[in-house]
Amino acid sequence: MLPSSLNPLGLKSVLGTEFLKKDQIQTILDRAQSLKSRMERSEPVEQTLKDKTVILLFFEPSTRTRASFELAAKRLGGTTLNLSKQMSSAEKGETLVDTARTIEAMAPDLLVLRHPSAGSAHVLDQKLKIPVVNAGDGFHEHPTQALLDLMTLLEFKKRLEGLRVLIVGDIAHSRVARSDIYALKTMGARVSVCGPPTLLPPFAERMGVEVFHHLERAVSDQDVIIALRIQFERLGAGQIPSRGEYSKYYGINSTLLGRCREDVLVMHPGPVNRGLELSPEVADGSQSVILNQVSNGVILRMAILELLVGDKIR
Amino acid sequence: MSLWIRNGRIIDPSQKRDIVGDVFVQSGKIEAIGPNIVVPQVPGLNTIDAKGCWVTPGWIDMHTHLREPGGTHKETIRTGSESAAAGGFTSIACMANTQPVNDNSYVTSYIYQKVSSEALINVYAIGAVTKGLQGEELAEIGSMFDAGIVGLSDDGKTLMNAYLLRKAMDYSKRFDLVIISHAEDSSLKGKGVMNEGFNSARFGLRGIPRTAEDIIVARDILVAEHTNSRLHIAHASTVGSVALIREAKRRGIQVTAEVTPHHLTLTDDAVIHYDTNTKVAPPLREKRDVDALREALSDGTIDTLASDHAPHSIEDKEVEYDLAEFGMIGMETAFPLYHKLVVEGLLSINRMIEAMTIRPATILGISKGTLKVGADADITIADPSVRYTIDKQVFRSKSRNSPFDGWEVQGRVMHTIVGGKVVYDAKAGGIQ
Repeated sequence: MLPSSLNPLGLKSVLGTEFLKKDQIQTILDRAQSLKSRMERSEPVEQTLKDKTVILLFFEPSTRTRASFELAAKRLGGTTLNLSKQMSSAEKGETLVDTARTIEAMAPDLLVLRHPSAGSAHVLDQKLKIPVVNAGDGFHEHPTQALLDLMTLLEFKKRLEGLRVLIVGDIAHSRVARSDIYALKTMGARVSVCGPPTLLPPFAERMGVEVFHHLERAVSDQDVIIALRIQFERLGAGQIPSRGEYSKYYGINSTLLGRCREDVLVMHPGPVNRGLELSPEVADGSQSVILNQVSNGVILRMAILELLVGDKIR
Repeated sequence: MSLWIRNGRIIDPSQKRDIVGDVFVQSGKIEAIGPNIVVPQVPGLNTIDAKGCWVTPGWIDMHTHLREPGGTHKETIRTGSESAAAGGFTSIACMANTQPVNDNSYVTSYIYQKVSSEALINVYAIGAVTKGLQGEELAEIGSMFDAGIVGLSDDGKTLMNAYLLRKAMDYSKRFDLVIISHAEDSSLKGKGVMNEGFNSARFGLRGIPRTAEDIIVARDILVAEHTNSRLHIAHASTVGSVALIREAKRRGIQVTAEVTPHHLTLTDDAVIHYDTNTKVAPPLREKRDVDALREALSDGTIDTLASDHAPHSIEDKEVEYDLAEFGMIGMETAFPLYHKLVVEGLLSINRMIEAMTIRPATILGISKGTLKVGADADITIADPSVRYTIDKQVFRSKSRNSPFDGWEVQGRVMHTIVGGKVVYDAKAGGIQ
């Protein structure tokens, strides 16, 4: 393993965007862009993860993030091993730290962790010698999602500085929202959030964002709208009275888009609850870049894996 | 056996005394105290030179968890009493949330049997308010009183049924037992694991709002007023609690309160690295709460200092923040943390000692906390000038769950004396 000082990021692990510096984010985005250009020119991808093993340890159901990391590692020539809660010994009472130490004893090169408790990736990073990439910890952070959002924004808007971005939905319970806010702020974007007061985090304005409760008041001069997935099954009572009411006040439909700038981009981390967060015509419309986010996700994750443990990167 | 403590700064708030002088102990009692006492030449006289040290009534920690019976892998009455002695405490009260719960006289008697055979210091039992801490039926308060409990509490849980609280307050007046309230509304607390605020939003952890505490403090004060009975608020942690307690005292309601070392010295900033040793109930709050608690301790709105010593094993703490148990140990770090406020000029020495001696003794109704002639010779000697680094590896407690490991502090316990017997001597290998 390379000492962290020797990798181009100067980071052992990628745990969140809150403490990523501007030049570190730029390094990741540059690397991703360069990989994308090569792939678009059909040039072969350098196998910088040859002989490297990436463990995907997922304690929550996930389709796209896990698939995206797995593809990313394999396209770089790496080996992946999938471990879920059911396949690890967590079901037998083994603690997270013990599970991770056991895995580390098998000498992998990097661990990707998805976990329902905030801080889990941080705790493992403190206990393990290998790099850890946080693929989502509770409500806390999901840094690779935010970075792929930035990559997509840069691609379509050519800049991040001064860009006006509105995040809509359940901000309080969203790791995507936190990571997006930190990363966008660091890169100079102006960020607003909008959602029902029950789903906004306490003191959201102290995160340096403008806070709205009325969607129609929030959208007019935004360059980008990021709609978040509403997870009704997790919310419990007392957050939103009904799906219908959420969709009425916070759903993004074509009428609302009529109030937006003509060149507004619509993004969503997926999976979309059609008709709830986004109406079908918006989700599939010309302003939606949701599938571009997914494609970029693989490339962005390739960039991160390569920067952390890749062979030829200096 | 006789003991002559010489040339110490004797601080005894029970007698409003703060002088340099000697204490003479004979047959386990304070025999003489003053600047120029005459000590008889008795055989076997043990002398302690206390020059530069404080000589105070033995300290009292009215809020601890000793985990026996049922949780002896975390702490026992023996190890808890050693931890107390090393922390300078000569008397402690242990909470009822053991397994089985101390909700009947058999458990109370078991605890006192263990105490008499194994404890190095005085240990008093607190009885449960409700059976099994379930908040549904009153525990056998009278039988436990006869077996020796000194207070009532469902600590660890909040009695959410106001009717039952009212009945408990009415009933316990018969025994003049104080009801100690752990004030956290369970519906507002929900699955919260830290203070609700900007930091909980940042760290992605579920918050526990201040209102969860304030609403129960307000309710309990109103019920205490209605029943004209005694209420003690455990581990006050919010600016709102302080205001409610201050107002209640002004109106003559019989309410007292305590504050812990951690709520006086830490904010929820400490949670940033997800160190589960910072997970505690009520949670670490924010600077304005800490400031309010310090002021309230200084002006007497908050009566006592108490550690809420809550031992947990590694397997309870080396887990995800959401899953970790609430609580931290505190008896061996309490004094230097309290003393930090004195060093910073926020608290007078006399007020600090009062909050560690005569105030908790009065609230629990135990004849301790004083150096009056004839009193039990429970004495703590501390050197306020010694600086050192807290090292969890040297704790006498069976557990290590402290967020203060590595802190640079000032003020060290030199001798802990219980009934005239030295049970802890820092210079002679610690526990005696």
